[in-house]
Amino acid sequence: MPIADKDVTWVDSPKLGLFEQLYLPLIIGGLTTTLSHMVGKKRTESYPEQEPTMPANYRGVHRLNRDENGRTKCVACYMCATACPAHCIDIVAAPAPEGWKDREKYPETFVIDELRCIYCGMCEEACPVDAIELTTLYDLTGLSREQMIFDKEKLLSVFDQTTKAGTDPVRTRAGDLGPASEAPPRT
Amino acid sequence: MPTVYVNDTPVEIGTRKLNCVQAAELGGVLVPHYCYHPGLTVVASCRMCLVEMGELKDGKVTMQPKVFPGCQTPVKDGTVIITGEYDKRKPAPALPYDPAYKPGERAKKSQADTLEGLLLNHPLDCPVCDKAGECKLQDYSYQFGRTESRLVDEKNQPPNKPDLSSKITLFTDRCILCTRCVRFTREISGTGELQVVGRGHHEEIDVFPGFPLENKLSGNVVDLCPVGALGSKDFLYTQRVWYLKTTDNVCGNCATGCSVHTDTNKDIVYRLRARENPDAQGYWMCDEGRWGYHHTHSPDRITRPLTKGADGGLRPTPWQQVQIRKLFEDAVYVTARRAVVVLSPFLTVEEAYALGTAFKKLNKELRLALGPVPVVGEDDHYPKNVKGEHVPPTKFTIRAEKCPNRLGVEAVLTKLQGEVIRFADVVREDLNAMWFAGGFPDPEAVNAALPAGWKAPAHLFVQDLFHSKLTAAATVVLPATTAFEKDGTFVNHAGLAQSFPRAVKPGPEVRGELQMAFDLGGRKGLATVAAVRKDLAKDLPQFAALTELTQPTASKKVELATV
Repeated sequence: MPIADKDVTWVDSPKLGLFEQLYLPLIIGGLTTTLSHMVGKKRTESYPEQEPTMPANYRGVHRLNRDENGRTKCVACYMCATACPAHCIDIVAAPAPEGWKDREKYPETFVIDELRCIYCGMCEEACPVDAIELTTLYDLTGLSREQMIFDKEKLLSVFDQTTKAGTDPVRTRAGDLGPASEAPPRT
Repeated sequence: MPTVYVNDTPVEIGTRKLNCVQAAELGGVLVPHYCYHPGLTVVASCRMCLVEMGELKDGKVTMQPKVFPGCQTPVKDGTVIITGEYDKRKPAPALPYDPAYKPGERAKKSQADTLEGLLLNHPLDCPVCDKAGECKLQDYSYQFGRTESRLVDEKNQPPNKPDLSSKITLFTDRCILCTRCVRFTREISGTGELQVVGRGHHEEIDVFPGFPLENKLSGNVVDLCPVGALGSKDFLYTQRVWYLKTTDNVCGNCATGCSVHTDTNKDIVYRLRARENPDAQGYWMCDEGRWGYHHTHSPDRITRPLTKGADGGLRPTPWQQVQIRKLFEDAVYVTARRAVVVLSPFLTVEEAYALGTAFKKLNKELRLALGPVPVVGEDDHYPKNVKGEHVPPTKFTIRAEKCPNRLGVEAVLTKLQGEVIRFADVVREDLNAMWFAGGFPDPEAVNAALPAGWKAPAHLFVQDLFHSKLTAAATVVLPATTAFEKDGTFVNHAGLAQSFPRAVKPGPEVRGELQMAFDLGGRKGLATVAAVRKDLAKDLPQFAALTELTQPTASKKVELATV
């Protein structure tokens, strides 16, 4: 259903009082933060000798999730490709192979241009079956442009790699959205 | 003047016999419907078009105590129609209703209830359903339905029927039993393959075992299906509909000249759909046309100019090195009486005219001939009975003449040289030079037109889509454009001129027939139809209306000189 007018609340930005209009208190606040870092605990990491642990909601390299039978979860609905602002996802859909009883359509090819991607996470948000996710892998390198174009096999291997390492992306809505939103089984 | 009141707005209906859906449409109000289709009989089975009705008589409104299916209820002078969207009505003075009556409340509830009923067993397949994005069930659910399902039981999930036909598959669980497809096969094709089997919740669309949905109009059921139940195997899973760009075009497969929607993405044609045009063909189109666009993207197409080398074989040559005009002038230098220019019935009116005038300018003695007109069998009229015999009245005809523009090219030829010379007559002559402007989607049509023991002219210029016996003997072969790759006008069997815009770009090394005409005639400027239409209007006043076209697609009946 379209959003009804009565469900929309318009919010105006609050008016600045005298305290805010002075700006000085805020400037002092900002400088305090800066100065506290100068005297506080050192936070610099010596990368690459010391590898950082990324937060679970970090948006790094994509992965294509597998279901319990090891097949790709993707149903080739093109929602990610449609949502993608960088147009970096290319899918070719086909009727699912014989014997895939639970679905009619699957991706014959699924290619992400990791160089074109802006890592915004819209694909993950658009996916109706939680098949595509951004992982915590951040150190993405390659020797040529071609190497950075990830096909379906490569994206599935990222799933295997991250699941093995125990760095699955965080599932904030697990339990709310039905079986598709549950974390994948550990292999 | 009889007046109907749609959500308080008076709508004059004249002398037309309309139902509520049509009358509301006149007033700019959408009454949602699934089973109603103007080209089919009315069954009022989907209940989506329920409206409140009443009558304004002697300054008093009497409303009926129940809701009515709008598609089945005719309107008359003074009929009052209240739809579910009464609260969004156009500003108009309210009619004198009973103070206790709340307009639009019952209709609105009926629509929501109907949708809830239709969605009870409808699977949440939208992500993998090809119809998503142009689905009436999606649209109306969004506009008139509820946000959540209250069904706690399991949904009915009857198995799919991929073997319904060789071209069409049925996703049984998505069907909402509007029976448009069933009525189509009974009333329009007359073949009656489809039927509803089962009762109540177990109703399904099916064919009788051993009698699949195989008729020459079967593809229309896919267009008719308001949901994603019937799918064309040709289009299945190839594209999501929101990527497609629709161009209103004209089918070039037979002389009927059906109006079509051409759906393309990134210059590839993915689908054709029938476009409603009462002047041309009505609501439908045939399968041959619907799935007959594949030649456009065939890998066998001629994509670049080829010239005959010293060894007698054709080899690709850059355009800069093919001096078309000089080569042809040299070929007809000795005698133009032994040369002929063939304009095929696949060319548009503009192309035929531009080519014709360009060649006449080159040499007045050049003769222009009408290309081979492919004719397959006889005109195929529908509906048919069980024995395959036609039952009048005719609702659709597939023409035997498998080309779109014979009449248009003939009109041009008659104007330019006073007569139409047939290809069959000139091809037997001892010719020195021939220019063949083809555009035949099927090279067999060209091969069939060549007589046995045909001797190729010494200078043969062929502009065509595919290699044939003609290109094998040619000195110069040029790539041609299909009907999707050019602007133009076709004149159908009944003399209806339909202009259409380009749907896709031709290949990078393809120069269209119009460009050829400009090159040959030494004409400067962009080769556009607009430029040609101005001259065309002077020579052939019946096409004058084309110059004033504001829309790229327009159709106009033209009076053609009969030959």
